[in-house]
Amino acid sequence: MEHQEGKQEFNITVYTENQIGLLNRIAIIFTRRKINIDSLNTSPSEVDSIHRFNIVITETEDVVRKLCRQIEKQVEVLKVYYHTNEDVIWQEMALYKVSTDVIAERVSVERLLRENGARAVVIRKDYTVFETTGHREETDNLINILQPYGLIEFVRSARVAIIKDSEGFNSKLREFERLEPGEDVIENEFLNDGDKVFTM
Amino acid sequence: MEVAQQETLTQAAEKQAVEVSGSVALLEALITEGVDTIFGYPGGAIMPIYDALYDYSDKLQHILVRHEQGGIHAGQGYARTSGKVGVVFATSGPGATNLVTGLADAQIDSTPLVCITGQVFAHLLGTDAFQETDVINITTPVTKWNYQVTDANELPEVIAKAFYIARSGRPGPVLIDITKNAQIQKFQLRGYTPCNHIRSYRPKPIVRQQYIQQAAELINSAKKPFILFGQGVILGGAEKEFQAFVEKSGIPAAWTVLGAGAIPTDHPLNVGMLGMHGNYGPNVLTNSCDVLIAIGMRFDDRVTGRLDKYAKQAKVVHLDIDPAEIDKNVKTTVPVWGDCRETLPLLTAAIQQKTHPEWLQQFHDHTKQETELVIEKELNPTTDEMTMGEVIQQLNEITRGEAVIVTDVGQHQMVACRYAKFNNTRSNVTSGGLGTMGFALPAAIGAKFGTPNKTVVAIIGDGGFQMTLQELGTVMQDNVDIKIVILNNKFLGMVRQWQELFNEKRYSFVDMQSPNFVALAAAYGISGKSISDRKDLPGTLQEMLNHKGAYLLEVMVTKENNVFPMVPQGCSVAEIRLK
Ligand SMILES: Cc1ncc(C[n+]2csc(CCOP(=O)(O)OP(=O)(O)O)c2C)c(N)n1
Repeated sequence: MEHQEGKQEFNITVYTENQIGLLNRIAIIFTRRKINIDSLNTSPSEVDSIHRFNIVITETEDVVRKLCRQIEKQVEVLKVYYHTNEDVIWQEMALYKVSTDVIAERVSVERLLRENGARAVVIRKDYTVFETTGHREETDNLINILQPYGLIEFVRSARVAIIKDSEGFNSKLREFERLEPGEDVIENEFLNDGDKVFTM
Repeated sequence: MEVAQQETLTQAAEKQAVEVSGSVALLEALITEGVDTIFGYPGGAIMPIYDALYDYSDKLQHILVRHEQGGIHAGQGYARTSGKVGVVFATSGPGATNLVTGLADAQIDSTPLVCITGQVFAHLLGTDAFQETDVINITTPVTKWNYQVTDANELPEVIAKAFYIARSGRPGPVLIDITKNAQIQKFQLRGYTPCNHIRSYRPKPIVRQQYIQQAAELINSAKKPFILFGQGVILGGAEKEFQAFVEKSGIPAAWTVLGAGAIPTDHPLNVGMLGMHGNYGPNVLTNSCDVLIAIGMRFDDRVTGRLDKYAKQAKVVHLDIDPAEIDKNVKTTVPVWGDCRETLPLLTAAIQQKTHPEWLQQFHDHTKQETELVIEKELNPTTDEMTMGEVIQQLNEITRGEAVIVTDVGQHQMVACRYAKFNNTRSNVTSGGLGTMGFALPAAIGAKFGTPNKTVVAIIGDGGFQMTLQELGTVMQDNVDIKIVILNNKFLGMVRQWQELFNEKRYSFVDMQSPNFVALAAAYGISGKSISDRKDLPGTLQEMLNHKGAYLLEVMVTKENNVFPMVPQGCSVAEIRLK
């Protein structure tokens, strides 16, 4: 998806209280700046009463960083992280509905499933539903294959992503429960330049 | 006379639960939060609260405004001058939507408010019931937090959260929408616990000693350091800490419109106002300094002009309580996250005592130039017609810089900010971020309730006055002792100035006819006078200030006068024009 200079896909992970209206507050932060949300998933997290949003946008890192700070400013937001695709493990799920007759007559179903890592979820007389899970290219691939055989309906889920190298939010949460927040490192690009920057 | 202080209902409820209605619980909560004044306007959906208020009139004074916009601006004036949370009541539907301008204004200017709106019965929500509006969604982008209460049991906790959120960290407006059933519903009140922690909310970032150290290093080695200060100093109550920092560092300091008054205008290191109509030196020299120290200000585009030509040569130290402000507009070298009341003393301790005489002299040289080309003409005009500047200056002399000055939006606002001298903090009340015309009259009413012992003067244009002049009714009914000065140039002056400078004098719809303002004031029982002759100015100003009670003074000023200097839109601060 690397197009427009400097822009790339970012995965934003937002941990929030489970609160009515918060989705709107978060969405406004994007719409106000005319930024399109490519994918949005919200679900309960592993921690009781805490929800987790996965938001995918295509933007420059500078814009994403500022957006994340604005999101984190919301009263009910606990923490926001952003990551490039390289830093996360992510999946999307897709369902494909095709006519059972057509597929049975004209395709080697077994090969189709094997080559695409798909699985049949429902097989009825009138139609069959396949499922695949994977990156966009992978789920797209099966569309291309099934299209000639009269794909009746297709749906793809929002992206879910898990951060590769963090120990997760669970341990951080204990810090949030305390009255005094712990020191969170906020990166500063000049930090490692020491004397070169801080004296003249 | 009663000797023993009567126990409040809340205190009683702490020992044993008391059955009350949601409305009573709300008012009890307000009292426990220290509220004494409410600005509001009743209606069907908030009637149970008003009914309960009837029995609380000895503890809570309610000011009946003439329009909900007036109510919320009054709440803002109250909050800005007193440092407390302003409280506003409005009914559902049109009452609530009339608050939107004030909410947006308070949000951008970080003013702590708690607004209570009535809402239709919970079972009618989403049915397009009479006067039902989706207030929560309408106000989401213009509030720090909002919440709809549909069950009275939630009320004490929600109100406690509302006050905590409104006044902590970077302050802001909060709106609580209460359905009518929740106002009526009886429940067991079990006391009131003020809120001081919300799991997901971090009002201020932790102070990082590392950054203080780095900031101090930069400041100590700087040859031409320059301080820009904003309202954050005032909101943090850090005026003393700020002055100590300025004096030890010896660094020239300039203010944003909302920072005015954080240190006295006449302080030797106060070098003037920043921004579009700010002073010459601070703007030009922003592009010459080597270290820029921004304190509690957010680099608004009215301050920075073109960002790609803004202080590119400087290393930037930014002190702010709101992490989202750092790097938002101007790239920061050292971010000093935190409440400036905590960070400033640490920074002051870490820097060396210094003076920068030559650098400071550069500011003085620019002031000299500005005085010759602009200020002298404005304050000592050679024509018969009066200028806005001389009115402000005379007023200032008579009040010795001690008055609270509330301004509306337009040329008069910029002139007032430029020429008034502020000896005290919280004495300049204006709509800075939103630039809301119609702000000044109601905000002055609120300011008077916020600082009853001070002289409150509203400076308003002929245009802006006509946006909320119905609040003269509030002034009348509550004998609000404010002085109203209308600077009448018979134009929507600021727009006309732009049309003159940038649209070849095509004066499209800025020519404004006005009623007889003095007669209008008289209709409300308010004394007043209109003057157009310079020789009447000092006497009438004095008469106005001596007058007991409200007074409206109209001053006819030059029609086509411009506010200079000016940084034209899209130009760099160094391209500021003196004419
Ligand atoms: C509610 C609102 N509408 C429009 C504007 C745009 N505006 C900014 S200044 C101005 C002219 C103000 O004229 P006046 O109140 O007479 O004051 P003056 O500039 O003459 O001092 C206008 C129309 C605004 N700031 N607020």
